[in-house]
Amino acid sequence: MRDALDPAIAVPLALAVGALVTYAWRGLGVLLSGRIDPDGPLFAWTACVAYALLAALIARMIVLPRGDLADTAALDRLLAAGLALACFFWLTRRNMLLSVAAGSGALVLLTWLRTVGP
Amino acid sequence: MPGAFDLPHSEQGFGGPRAAALAGLRAAFGAPGLVMGASFVGFGALVRQSDLALWHGLASTITGWALPGQIALVELYAAGASLLSIALAVALSNARLLPMTVTLMPVLRSPRWARWTYFVAAHYVAVTGWAAAMRVCPAIPAEQRLPYFTGFTVTLWTATIAATALGFYLAGALPQQVSLGLVFLNPIYFMLVFAESAQQRTRALALALGAVAGPSVHLVSPDWGLLISGLGAGTLAYLLDRLWARRHA
Repeated sequence: MRDALDPAIAVPLALAVGALVTYAWRGLGVLLSGRIDPDGPLFAWTACVAYALLAALIARMIVLPRGDLADTAALDRLLAAGLALACFFWLTRRNMLLSVAAGSGALVLLTWLRTVGP
Repeated sequence: MPGAFDLPHSEQGFGGPRAAALAGLRAAFGAPGLVMGASFVGFGALVRQSDLALWHGLASTITGWALPGQIALVELYAAGASLLSIALAVALSNARLLPMTVTLMPVLRSPRWARWTYFVAAHYVAVTGWAAAMRVCPAIPAEQRLPYFTGFTVTLWTATIAATALGFYLAGALPQQVSLGLVFLNPIYFMLVFAESAQQRTRALALALGAVAGPSVHLVSPDWGLLISGLGAGTLAYLLDRLWARRHA
């Protein structure tokens, strides 16, 4: 289907469609928020769905990542994530930069150890 | 205790709308800017590796500014997918923006600002700015909230546009180990931000159930998994929360 389109047209078209469907969710969100009672059950449910969606996305990024991360061991990613949590809540009194660096550094180190280990 | 986002110490919040915008700007530097910058360096590199031009990547970051959807768009385009399937995939990856915007708007609302400004601000709803505003804005006066959110997100947006260009030029130049560490910063950062926001029972339930459902349902349906697990886990969390509230009333 797309072979018929010149890339000079197809790429801007794809970008425009991408921007449009993305803003549609945001714009619709503003429209709907004016009609939903912030103290009502529908609003409480929407907030639950927002938090669940975000947690689902983040867990998927760690457990089942795409791209380069997919080549690392799942156990290494989980250990690195656990270290970042421990670092943030117990070791550094919620120092964000230090904790994300510890998590990322741990993954790099664990992945490297697998290449030199037995 | 620093935490993910700094709260003002005063009853008057940051003092006024202008000061709130500057506080948002400052907050975006540091961890949010570095982590999101690193992620968009990765996106810029992906754009180049997909044989697209620099301006394509920049346009995507400027107009889309929601990374999972941007990655889906570039990957599917490079794979030769049809326009319709690209639109569907981007829409599905970004569906979270709807409940996020609905939840954020009442927090930002103030009679001080015109209604149309909220439609402009909505473009800047994305995970980091949303989490910052949900944490900081309830603690400051209403007229400072939109300025804080805008100061924070527009700064972050500008940084990610620059990072997209940087990544485009750095593509292939970074050692594998370094780029691995850079892409892992993003999920780790989000995990910590939301682990910290899980102090409230309803949120903790929704976050925990979503985290369990996300990867499991993704195995069954990679396309619809996110939406199904979000709706399912969110609904279950809502019902469990009401049940708990009734029992302990």
